[in-house]
Amino acid sequence: MSEHAAVAGAKPHAAHEAHHEELGFWRKYVFSVDHKVIGIQYAVTGLLFLFFGFSLMMLMRWQLAYPGAALPLLGRILGESRMPGGTMLPEFYNELGAMHGTIMVFLGVVPLAVGGFGNFVLPLQIGAPDMAFPRLNMLSYWSFFLGGVTMLASFFAPGGAAQSGWTSYTPLSVYASSGQTWWLIGMVFLITSSLLGAINFITTTIQLRAKGLTFMRFPFFVWAQLVTAFLLLLAFPPLEAAAVLQLMDRVAGTSFFLPTGLVVSGQPLTNAGGGNTLLWQHLFWFLAHPEVYVLILPAMGIVAEIIANNTRKPLWGYRSMVYSLVFLGFMSFIVWAHHMFMTGMGTAMAAFFQTTTMIISIPSVVILTALILSLWGGSIRFNTPMLFALGFLPMFGIGGLTGLPLGLNVADIPLHDTYYVIGHFHYVVAPGTIFGLFAGVYFWFPKATGRRMNETLGVIHFIGSFICMNVIFMPMFLLGMAGVSRRLYDGGAAYDFAQPVLHLNVVSSWGAWMLALFQLPFIFNFFWSIWKGARTEENPWHATTLEWAAPSPPPHGNFLQVPQAYRGPYEYSVPGAAKDFVPQYEA
Amino acid sequence: MDIPYTVELRRDTGLNNGKIGIWLFLASEVMLFGALFATYILLRTGAQTWPRGDTILNVPLATFNTIVLISSSVTMVMAWASLMRGRFGTFRLYMGGTVLLGFVFLVVKYFEYSHKFHDGLFPSTNNFLAIYFTLTGLHMLHVMGGMAVNAYFWGPGAKQWKTDPAWFTNRVENSGLFWHFVDLVWIFLFPTLYLL
Amino acid sequence: MTSDHAAASDHAADIDKHVRIYITVFVTLMVLTIITVLIARVHLPIPIAISVAMLVAIIKGSLVACYFMHLISEKKLIYAVLGLTLAFFVVLLALPALTHADGYWIH
Repeated sequence: MSEHAAVAGAKPHAAHEAHHEELGFWRKYVFSVDHKVIGIQYAVTGLLFLFFGFSLMMLMRWQLAYPGAALPLLGRILGESRMPGGTMLPEFYNELGAMHGTIMVFLGVVPLAVGGFGNFVLPLQIGAPDMAFPRLNMLSYWSFFLGGVTMLASFFAPGGAAQSGWTSYTPLSVYASSGQTWWLIGMVFLITSSLLGAINFITTTIQLRAKGLTFMRFPFFVWAQLVTAFLLLLAFPPLEAAAVLQLMDRVAGTSFFLPTGLVVSGQPLTNAGGGNTLLWQHLFWFLAHPEVYVLILPAMGIVAEIIANNTRKPLWGYRSMVYSLVFLGFMSFIVWAHHMFMTGMGTAMAAFFQTTTMIISIPSVVILTALILSLWGGSIRFNTPMLFALGFLPMFGIGGLTGLPLGLNVADIPLHDTYYVIGHFHYVVAPGTIFGLFAGVYFWFPKATGRRMNETLGVIHFIGSFICMNVIFMPMFLLGMAGVSRRLYDGGAAYDFAQPVLHLNVVSSWGAWMLALFQLPFIFNFFWSIWKGARTEENPWHATTLEWAAPSPPPHGNFLQVPQAYRGPYEYSVPGAAKDFVPQYEA
Repeated sequence: MDIPYTVELRRDTGLNNGKIGIWLFLASEVMLFGALFATYILLRTGAQTWPRGDTILNVPLATFNTIVLISSSVTMVMAWASLMRGRFGTFRLYMGGTVLLGFVFLVVKYFEYSHKFHDGLFPSTNNFLAIYFTLTGLHMLHVMGGMAVNAYFWGPGAKQWKTDPAWFTNRVENSGLFWHFVDLVWIFLFPTLYLL
Repeated sequence: MTSDHAAASDHAADIDKHVRIYITVFVTLMVLTIITVLIARVHLPIPIAISVAMLVAIIKGSLVACYFMHLISEKKLIYAVLGLTLAFFVVLLALPALTHADGYWIH
């Protein structure tokens, strides 16, 4: 076998020489197989989609705050078929709602959190030269890109984009206009992208980690991405199958989701019938529940890195955090029907899902508690990444706690499909995950560009975003507990019982518009710092993990010398050490 | 650049990257077809009546196809074994046989489907046919995909045998794993749809 | 080079053994295919028919997996991934069906 290795050694050397020839512009910056370029492509595309998805919501918030009022200027631009006389049609509201959710989850957060941060940071953090399958990596980005283009193009379909919620429940979605077909096709591209990415992440993490980097020496971020990859790998395929089934129902006249005796707009079903409409919900939520952990886990990973670094202390309870992460990943596959408590299921299965849901809250609490306890006795540095990381903690706490009544099937009865649910999940994703992602941008920007972002603008971004997000989402709990349903295009204005709480819609809307203003310092800071930011060395944060051993920005192949891990990931303030941190990669 | 463990085995896992990659992919495929089997279960248990497979579908033809696919799995593994023994010519024969048998499978499927359509039996006719066409249709797409990869390794891809035989052998093994998986799915599809 | 040839010929003997196994498995698979088709002609009561057909399928599938796909001598990591997958596969097949069997008050 050693002869084989020697022979194999000669060939890659030749290939290595070939790679030293300069790649053209397209191969270097567009169709690159370098994980750093791909990571930046994912991150920038993801950020653009986040802002676009947010813009859709800002439009919706006009209708919610001032139902039926004409929107000046923008109303006219959007045309008579969507906003006749500047007043939003309910169908358009539904389009905005469905696409806001779809874009934020599948085109914004996941591409940024997993595609962006995962791709850029993971190989560096484990001391690898690139991903295990660089060409597959490029393929996953372009698959994502195609999915994104398909989703955007769907707005131009006759009848508009998908408008049956991001959840596309049948049979409504089967009868929706052609935009829904584009949504289904777009989902197939996006799912393919995630599957290919997951294969890459898992193989890379296991096989390409540096010498000395055992599993229990992984930075928490690496564990988070590894578990996330398994969730994507095993939970997404059923949704892909379901999308095919819904496509068949829409295009081939099948009745997978159409029950016998269904009457649509007064017309009885001409299809064969015999279908099961809840089948869609099972297959959708089988993915979509693990998907919410895909949304939060990378952010927890980022926050953990930043907290250890900026308290100058090891993480408290690293082992418990890792075990909790793995347990959480496993449990996430057996809780999904808590999204279906109101479908009329029997008490036995409702009790089962309620139990598993309560159990899954435990590892989340362990992780959050460990992160909070990690602050105790720390020498805390309040830089921008740390501000966002600290902000994440209570916000995720609120999001998590408000989920508990939803997971109890009886308490869910008055809360299901109300604004309470919207408040709950937005707390977890918006001042939760997105804060974690912002923290990550500020934290790893120096590694990617060799420059630092401006601190003052960062603080303004943080304070403004923190206040505005609470202004937007806190009132929603009150709105929901008063009984206002979600997806009402007038925000509940038609209902008597909602009158006392309707003013909260105005509060949330102004919070949303102010939030947009506070993103401007961030956008400006991001682009300005790429060219004009203060230059920095390889390890400006004095961090311990392997990515800080590489130059900033890292060259093709990442490290000047093959790195090795000599110790755990968070050796800060080690008694007797020369500095207040001992990097993992220092002999 | 050279990615480590593309060919050499990593000591602690005992594996190379491609082997892990293909098994991870197959794991996702298990979940994909699993969802369709779950669909079958829900539709059948929820139905008032459900036709027995042999009353609508052509069992002898499908039995023949089962034999064809299993045979192609044998030729596939023999193709890889030939490479392990360093016999490129024999590899070419067996791999060609695998592609040919795959083609036979597709031709039979073509006749099966067109016969159904000719008899006015479409996916929209009832849920049995809907799940039949969807399951076998998705399976058929996988057969086509596998055949394309196999044809590549039989044809233009085979020149890698001269430059990097170990890597080429591994890649053939991995595409073989995919092909065996396609056979495996059919082993469950056949009785479920045709015999029950 | 001599060590390489020695390794290669050990390898070759190994492969010969494997080829014998492949042929045996192939014949077994053919026989089981015929058996499952013949049993189906008997028209057993549905639950029994399903059990028998699935049992035969599982045996056939295991043979393909263990010998053609070399799972019988694979590494622990692959077993772990597949074990996890199998668990979730069972969940996907069982839980929706169980939820419906538990009864819905809406029909």
